[in-house]
Amino acid sequence: MAAAADGGGTPGIWVIAETNPDGSLAKTSAELATLARTLADGAGTGATTAGIVVAPKPGGAARELATYLPRVIAVVEPVVADHAWGQPAAARIAEVLRGDPAGVILAGAGPDGRDAAGTLLGLLDGAVLVNATAVSWGQAGPQVEMGVFGGRLITTSTFAHGGWKIVTVRPNVVTAVTAASAGSVEMRAASGDLGLPAVRVVDRIEEAGAAVSIDDARIIVAGGRGVGGPEGFQLVQRIADRLGGAVGATRAAVDAGWVPYAQQIGQTGKIVKPQLYLALGISGAIQHKVGMQTAGTIVAVNRDPDAPIAEFADLIVIGDLFEVGRALVEELGPR
Amino acid sequence: MKIVVLAKPVPDPAAAAERLGPDNRLDRAVAPTVINGNDEYTLEAALQIADAHPGEVEITLVAMAPANGAETLRKGLAMGAHRGVLVTDPALAGSDAWSTARVLAAALRDLEFDLVLAGFDTSDGVGGVVGPAVATLLRLPCLSSAARIEPDAATGTVRVRRISPTGFDVLEAPMPALVVGTQLLGTPRYPSLKGIMSARTKEVAPRSLADLGLSADGDGAVGGAASRTTVTDKRTPPARGAARVVRGSAPDAAREVAAFLAERRLV
Ligand SMILES: Cc1cc2nc3c(=O)[nH]c(=O)nc-3n(C[C@H](O)[C@H](O)[C@H](O)COP(=O)(O)OP(=O)(O)OC[C@H]3O[C@@H](n4cnc5c(N)ncnc54)[C@H](O)[C@@H]3O)c2cc1C
Ligand SMILES: Nc1ncnc2c1ncn2[C@@H]1O[C@H](COP(=O)(O)O)[C@@H](O)[C@H]1O
Repeated sequence: MAAAADGGGTPGIWVIAETNPDGSLAKTSAELATLARTLADGAGTGATTAGIVVAPKPGGAARELATYLPRVIAVVEPVVADHAWGQPAAARIAEVLRGDPAGVILAGAGPDGRDAAGTLLGLLDGAVLVNATAVSWGQAGPQVEMGVFGGRLITTSTFAHGGWKIVTVRPNVVTAVTAASAGSVEMRAASGDLGLPAVRVVDRIEEAGAAVSIDDARIIVAGGRGVGGPEGFQLVQRIADRLGGAVGATRAAVDAGWVPYAQQIGQTGKIVKPQLYLALGISGAIQHKVGMQTAGTIVAVNRDPDAPIAEFADLIVIGDLFEVGRALVEELGPR
Repeated sequence: MKIVVLAKPVPDPAAAAERLGPDNRLDRAVAPTVINGNDEYTLEAALQIADAHPGEVEITLVAMAPANGAETLRKGLAMGAHRGVLVTDPALAGSDAWSTARVLAAALRDLEFDLVLAGFDTSDGVGGVVGPAVATLLRLPCLSSAARIEPDAATGTVRVRRISPTGFDVLEAPMPALVVGTQLLGTPRYPSLKGIMSARTKEVAPRSLADLGLSADGDGAVGGAASRTTVTDKRTPPARGAARVVRGSAPDAAREVAAFLAERRLV
């Protein structure tokens, strides 16, 4: 692949790691690392994998990442402690990569991953494929699947480019599995000008009672306009608790102020792929559907048998969501 | 203050008529076209800034799209944007994200601005990478995932509330800057009758690749032929079978749901 095209060196498959607010490794980064190993196996002899962590104190996350990858470069960058992460981190990542033959870069498809990917696209003059739902090694490099047109079509794309190939990958595309043996961690001090403006964080506002994240929830119980208000969402929450799931919502419920935007599913919210999606009082408008239609099992409760969600649910209860919801809490019993 | 809103004409997701042509490129002729949803939110944010500073804010829509994109931009002009710039060139059909970013950056180099606004992502691309890439090419500070945008002409800085996993980070940077916005910026307004009338006479200036000093071949080429990615295959995901429909009393229905979940090993 790239080695031949570029005439030298061993192509690397690089993982751009993200950290949680407490400094630990993000779950999606462990998934990317696992994916990188699978791709290297597909690429055959000579393919190497490595990870990059850029943080004020990258050590912990880097050691965690090294349980998945043979080599991790930890860049100590104090600037990202009080500056937005994307631009300065990408600038440091580009410094690490520039010495290497052009390879593959895997980044998350979430807010930080896309900032880094977009910045690297500009810095490395590379190519990008986004929002991957599956990545495999094709004849000449990564082969990337993504859902388009609200999931009505799945496309496979490849790179037609000898330079850096960036792929942003959705959560839950693979299950994270540690490597047989832990890799090495190489600490590097960041030095020199970033070459890009860093954006200062002047304040951090904590929102009270942040809910369980829907991003990689196995089960999501979602409510729509039919839920009627914040009290109704307490019932949604109770069902989610019984199932061990997270609470999601439609834009109608978010616009009404019943649920924070972080829990919105759909075109301008999040795209999720839980094993179970339980929809209460949701009509199933196309802008909502695009965010959840790849769920393993879809169950809906709606009093309208002609609601669009009936067309893509696996099971629909025609009835009142409050009555059915309360009965379901009873039926499921305490967890 | 001058604000540029990057507004992409996209096939209307609500029509669900999008398809790929025989060349595996988006068939932009088949579906009705609208301004990308997230770009309407950033336009709304720009309009609110303009409302707060009457007469002091000029809003320019910038798009790269086929020629009929001018009609799509008209709605943004009717909402209140002052003018549009449409980069359109047959050679741009099939551009990848890298080309798109290069073209938009070139278009911006010809304009004066304090703020550039991009959307969180597009409904047809779902990449969310073009904004940060444009910022990088122009060496602008990039403030992303914005729920609120507060420029201050007096200090020449912009403040943004960025959605964080636990709430918001308040970001600040000198202008000119690029801000990537989200739905939290506010529900886009409907064009007023007066807005629709005045939009008819507002200018959408066409720009070709040559106008921007770019070319579809040679070194640094942009456009479809220079695209660095190719769609090689497509398939339709397996259809879900018809839904099992449950009626009857709530306790019976709940029992049936629980049994169904158990059957699928979900409880
Ligand atoms: C640019 C753009 C982006 C958008 N992005 C998103 C997005 O990201 N996510 C999203 O969700 N939407 C999005 N929308 C909005 C979308 O078009 C719909 O308006 C929205 O999804 C509807 O939400 P809903 O199903 O909760 O409400 P409704 O469509 O009003 O449906 C409510 C349903 O509840 C049922 N119901 C009511 N009461 C009961 C009861 N007691 N028991 C049982 N059933 C009951 C009704 O029969 C109905 O089917 C977007 C729209 C636009 C234009
Ligand atoms: N062809 C285009 N014309 C105008 N703006 C665009 C175009 N493509 C992308 N953008 C901007 O970049 C944002 C992110 O796009 P994407 O990376 O394609 O998801 C969009 O919300 C727009 O603001």
